[in-house]
Amino acid sequence: MINTMECAVDAQSLISISLMKIHNSRTQRGGIKLHKNLLVSYVLRNARQVYIKEKYAEIYRMQQYEEVMTVCNEIQELNPLDLDAEDADDEEQARAACCGEEASLCGSACHRDAAQPAAHARTASALPGCEEDCKEPEPSYYRSCCMEASPVSHCDQFPANSSAHCNKTTVLDLDTHVVTTVENGYLHQDCCCDALQCGQGAQSPAKKRKVEFGCCVSDVEEVSDFTAARKRAKREDCSYSHPDYTDTSNISNLISIFGSGFSGLLSRQADLEQICSKQVLASLGAWTRAIVAF
Amino acid sequence: MAVVVVLKANDVQWCFSQVKGAIDDDVAEADIISTVEFNHSGELLATGDKGGRVVIFQQEPECKSQPQCRGEYNVYSTFQSHEPEFDYLKSLEIEEKINKIRWLPQQNAAQFLLSTNDKTIKLWKISERDKRPEGYNLKEEDGRYRDFNTVTTLRVPVFRPMDLMVEASPRRVFANAHTYHINSISVNSDCETYLSADDLRINLWNLEITDRSFNIVDIKPANMEELTEVITAAEFHPNQCNTFVYSSSKGTIRLCDMRASALCDKHSKLFEEPEDPNNRSFFSEIISSISDVKFSHSGRYMMTRDYLSVKIWDLNMESRPVETYQVHEYLRSKLCSLYENDCIFDKFECCWNGNDSVVMTGSYNNFFRMFDRGYRQDVTLEASRENSKPRSVLKPRKVSTGGKRKKDEISVDSLDFNKKILHTAWHPMDNIIAVATTNNLYIFQEKLN
Repeated sequence: MINTMECAVDAQSLISISLMKIHNSRTQRGGIKLHKNLLVSYVLRNARQVYIKEKYAEIYRMQQYEEVMTVCNEIQELNPLDLDAEDADDEEQARAACCGEEASLCGSACHRDAAQPAAHARTASALPGCEEDCKEPEPSYYRSCCMEASPVSHCDQFPANSSAHCNKTTVLDLDTHVVTTVENGYLHQDCCCDALQCGQGAQSPAKKRKVEFGCCVSDVEEVSDFTAARKRAKREDCSYSHPDYTDTSNISNLISIFGSGFSGLLSRQADLEQICSKQVLASLGAWTRAIVAF
Repeated sequence: MAVVVVLKANDVQWCFSQVKGAIDDDVAEADIISTVEFNHSGELLATGDKGGRVVIFQQEPECKSQPQCRGEYNVYSTFQSHEPEFDYLKSLEIEEKINKIRWLPQQNAAQFLLSTNDKTIKLWKISERDKRPEGYNLKEEDGRYRDFNTVTTLRVPVFRPMDLMVEASPRRVFANAHTYHINSISVNSDCETYLSADDLRINLWNLEITDRSFNIVDIKPANMEELTEVITAAEFHPNQCNTFVYSSSKGTIRLCDMRASALCDKHSKLFEEPEDPNNRSFFSEIISSISDVKFSHSGRYMMTRDYLSVKIWDLNMESRPVETYQVHEYLRSKLCSLYENDCIFDKFECCWNGNDSVVMTGSYNNFFRMFDRGYRQDVTLEASRENSKPRSVLKPRKVSTGGKRKKDEISVDSLDFNKKILHTAWHPMDNIIAVATTNNLYIFQEKLN
């Protein structure tokens, strides 16, 4: 449990400070310092854990409020003798009990669609369907992200159309020059299933085109930094074939660090992790645009 | 009846002896001292700086008129050890900064030391020349060749005294063995081999052979994205030539025995203290990273330095240190600011005194701390130009941590974090210490009556 009380800055600021440090280390004399960047990545991880936890708490609060409102509305609409609706309530509670906090968020989202019995049946079958779609590494992914004891089950799938926060963020990988435009970005909860559809789709065309980064970055003042960073990345990219240098270029890849670098952040399945990490970044809000642009 | 006089532990008073380096506050980056090391006799004191230079000071023999006054250290030799290089393959500049200097035990008239930057280790021979041959038949004194026709007699050249000249010459260059940045070198007690450690690997060298080294530790994971820790320091045991230790960024120390296997990835002992869960913060991983590890002269103990403390470990007990000394615990609440200004990444070194009874390490505001292990006392002293009158006794300093600040105390917020003492060294036999501020080297001696 990270004690945040003694820290003068919040998790969000720490994340941006840390990313700036990693960026600056790329242009430092003497090359990238592996030790320092490793330590900074730990701070990033810790700050992100706290930030995501706070986000979850906020969403949970919002969901609870919406749930209360929905229940109130339905009580007004429903016939008191309608037994199916009551069964749906019981089943949702049972699901919540066994699946934990995040699942109850899912359950409540499913519950939104479960006003009609037909929809309820569809949701119930969607959950096992979600299990099939979700690849096996997810639980460990979430667990390692949040560093919480309570495991997150497979059944935390938001229906795509319930996504309330739509973000469109362009992310440039400076080492591979892959541009990914992330749409419908949300918390990483839903990224693993959606990612297979939207992430892969976004990735393959991106790989084929060379970046004109001027059109992707809207913040003009960042272009100069961006240029310098990109030029440096391009130089580094020329020597990409050297096996040991590939390792340091992994370190310098901010997306890689944020998403999948160093244990405790993510595990296995590099592609999925890359996509998930970009989703995470996308979901952190507009303020990440500047950092993501690095 | 016998009367026993018991000396108080803090009877040792430290006096200013000398300060080396520029006086002006404008510090040239090349002059920043990056390493300090006494040789095995204590007669020589070497410093390395960011500009790649090595300066060696020699202690003057004790003057007969003042037998109580230990000799001063004066410049003995200065040479450029490393130059900046450019790795064209990786488009990376290799800094010339001297990361470490280690002396070899003296075996003949010459002195040998190893100096290293991020990538290359060099063996330097420092020798004296106080005679030169004169009376060549074929050459004039200035070196020009004589006309044969003018040679009418033959003579035997003889050595004549000359002004002392100290020459430093590179005898070996150990290059191209490290992908990552070298942080440590350590000479083995067998005087034939030495180790060099970078972030992920440790190599074993023979001092005579430059084109080959053996990798003895490799902690690089198959997938770099699984990297969790790096090597931060390594040292050979002072007596057992088969034993060495290396510390990690996770706060662990591994002791390895080279007799067990050729590749020492599997440690013989793992020294680790469990983390206090109440102290967990954003920066827990940073402050637990070990910046230095040093064996005691006896070889029974080792000392580690992390950001806030010094720990003494008994080699026979892996579960926790036998002693822990807080260097500047008042900084724990300032970690956020120290992270922002990068001070939290400062790598402080530590050192033992000659008989392993006192340990010393640096802090901020040009403070340095000594911990007496026997009497459980500690003292904070300051290296500053204000206290640099010859033989003036250093007054203990105190940082006020509570609300009320006593007279002569300094508040935490007044500390100058740009003035840091990262490198200190203790004479192997006497109470003489060398303390490096940013660009000055202070030498303090024990006050003798």
